[in-house]
Amino acid sequence: MTRTIWKATAAALTAGLLLAACSDGGEETAPAASGSAGELTPVKLQLQWLTQAQFAGYYAALDQGYYEAEGLDVEILPSGGDIVPQDALAQGEVDYAIAWVPKVLGSIEQGAGVTNVAQIFERSATLQVAFADSGIESVADLEGKTIGSWGYGNEWELFAGLNKAGVTDFELVTQAFDMLGLLNGDIDAAQAMTYNEYAQLLEAENPETGELYQPEDFTVIDWNVEGTAMLQDAIWADTERLESDAAYEETTVKFLKASLKGWAYARDNAQAAADIVTAAGSTLGTSHQLWMTNETNKLLWPSTTGGVGTIDEAAWDATVAMAMETVNETGASIISAQPPASAYTNEYVEQALSELTAEGVDVVGEGWSPIEVTLNAGGA
Amino acid sequence: MAAALGAVALLATVWELYKAAGPAQGWSLGQTRILPRTSDLAMPHTWDMLQRLVEPITGARDAAPLWRAVLDAGAVSLGIAAVGWAIGVGVGLLIAVAMQRLRVVERAVLPLVILSQTVPLIALAPLVRSWGSRLEIGSLEWAPWMSVAVIASYLAFFPVAVGALRGLQSPSAIQTELMHAYGAGWWTTLLHLRAPAAVPHVLPALRLAAANAVIGTVVAEVATGLPGGLGRMILELANFAGSDPAKPWAPIFGAVVLGLLAAGIVTALGAGLARFRRMEASA
Repeated sequence: MTRTIWKATAAALTAGLLLAACSDGGEETAPAASGSAGELTPVKLQLQWLTQAQFAGYYAALDQGYYEAEGLDVEILPSGGDIVPQDALAQGEVDYAIAWVPKVLGSIEQGAGVTNVAQIFERSATLQVAFADSGIESVADLEGKTIGSWGYGNEWELFAGLNKAGVTDFELVTQAFDMLGLLNGDIDAAQAMTYNEYAQLLEAENPETGELYQPEDFTVIDWNVEGTAMLQDAIWADTERLESDAAYEETTVKFLKASLKGWAYARDNAQAAADIVTAAGSTLGTSHQLWMTNETNKLLWPSTTGGVGTIDEAAWDATVAMAMETVNETGASIISAQPPASAYTNEYVEQALSELTAEGVDVVGEGWSPIEVTLNAGGA
Repeated sequence: MAAALGAVALLATVWELYKAAGPAQGWSLGQTRILPRTSDLAMPHTWDMLQRLVEPITGARDAAPLWRAVLDAGAVSLGIAAVGWAIGVGVGLLIAVAMQRLRVVERAVLPLVILSQTVPLIALAPLVRSWGSRLEIGSLEWAPWMSVAVIASYLAFFPVAVGALRGLQSPSAIQTELMHAYGAGWWTTLLHLRAPAAVPHVLPALRLAAANAVIGTVVAEVATGLPGGLGRMILELANFAGSDPAKPWAPIFGAVVLGLLAAGIVTALGAGLARFRRMEASA
């Protein structure tokens, strides 16, 4: 009898301690309180992957002092395998986050209070790559094939494409962060980003020729062409703070202004931007980094929305519609209802763009054309 | 030392023999691959991997050789693992003493200690990072590496808590009753009887904790994306698996060496306790 009471007390005590340890989140101070004149406002930006040229604009803005000129002290946080940028933002760990729109739509429906304040990538970079001799040339050819995807929300454009083409018989394989699955023949069509994994293929040696693989050795399915592209890298801000904190609103405009200026720098100085990213701690090879900068530039420039970062209502609506309609192999979809109106706003990016235009920064890049990048073995 | 070198040589020989004589497509049982392919992509030659180590990490003009980059990353990871190990050992010993002192604590805490190891790291890493980033202790600001150290300590404290408890409880009734007869209190008994008796149990636990701390550090570096260490390097170099197959193996070797080094350092620390180490109990 006494023993039971002891046990119960100990259990209650332990539970109480655990609760006390967990409930410290109520009153955290906002990281970006307004700084007085001359003092820099600290800002934390959460990326969605490792330091690489996919994020060249932010690293360029940091390196070129654009953030500092706006009075911001920006810290860029790379992410690893298990960090979800929009969750880190919603929990108040960071001030802004970079993430794909469909993934965040799911988080918003789960209760994350975040707002898209600038759509950086206007085009999708996701490909499904197969060997040219595999006979896979369109989405319909994926019927009965083994398809690779990274999962974790990276698979929705693929499913939208499969749904659209009516392909139902396929085997989905979770793909590793390398392209060995395709090269070894375990996967018929592998997921690849134009700026990274596709380049990895072109840096690998073709055992049949002893030379590097060539683009004509592969066929690619491009979701932009198939009409199931979804919006990718966007800058997300904390909805509640946008509504209640005037200083944060001001910081948001400044942050967007400097970031977009950084992207303009990366557009006009691809090699320099690639070098900045490498200096910031990326171990990617020189030619690979430049390739990634160039391919990333293609996703932004030339801007078709009137100014880089502007959220195109039609593209947004298309992504939302696909997020609601697309079902994956288990019959689930990303969201079940329209997201709240607070899910995106052009208010801040328009302000930033008009200030940049006044300063003479080209925010459309109409005359821009990509450079030619030659990939070397191993991306060196 | 000679034995260790022999083991490495044996491993390299087995690797090359399998590569030369094993089935080219490996061997799969249903969908599960049991034996790897023998291609240069899947299993680079040992000499290629060694040679890759002395070549520069990237094609950049001032790039360091790969072994140097691995060494630098290993030093970062070792530092974090050492902090995680120290915290883990401290917490583990405290829990063990508390459990030995009060039966009720043992009954309440021991199941939790065991339960703690069933929480997958993939769920834990973002949580620890999230709590850490909100923590402010005086002027100390939470740095990302501390989250990694905490996760490492989380894996390291377990064998110490369990091992030390067994050790502290190892004196027989006749010994504790003798102390009692001398009029020795709990504290004196702990210091002069239980602690020395626990040494043979604690030493192997410390080595296990060291290995756990290293694994925890590397995995947590991958999970949180902390730059500088071996875990992040493994993630980054995975990019080259198709185009430069020997390269991703370098940080893996680094992690193996790190684990051995950590266990070695702990063994050396344990030499100071040799007096109490009449025989070593198996963990």
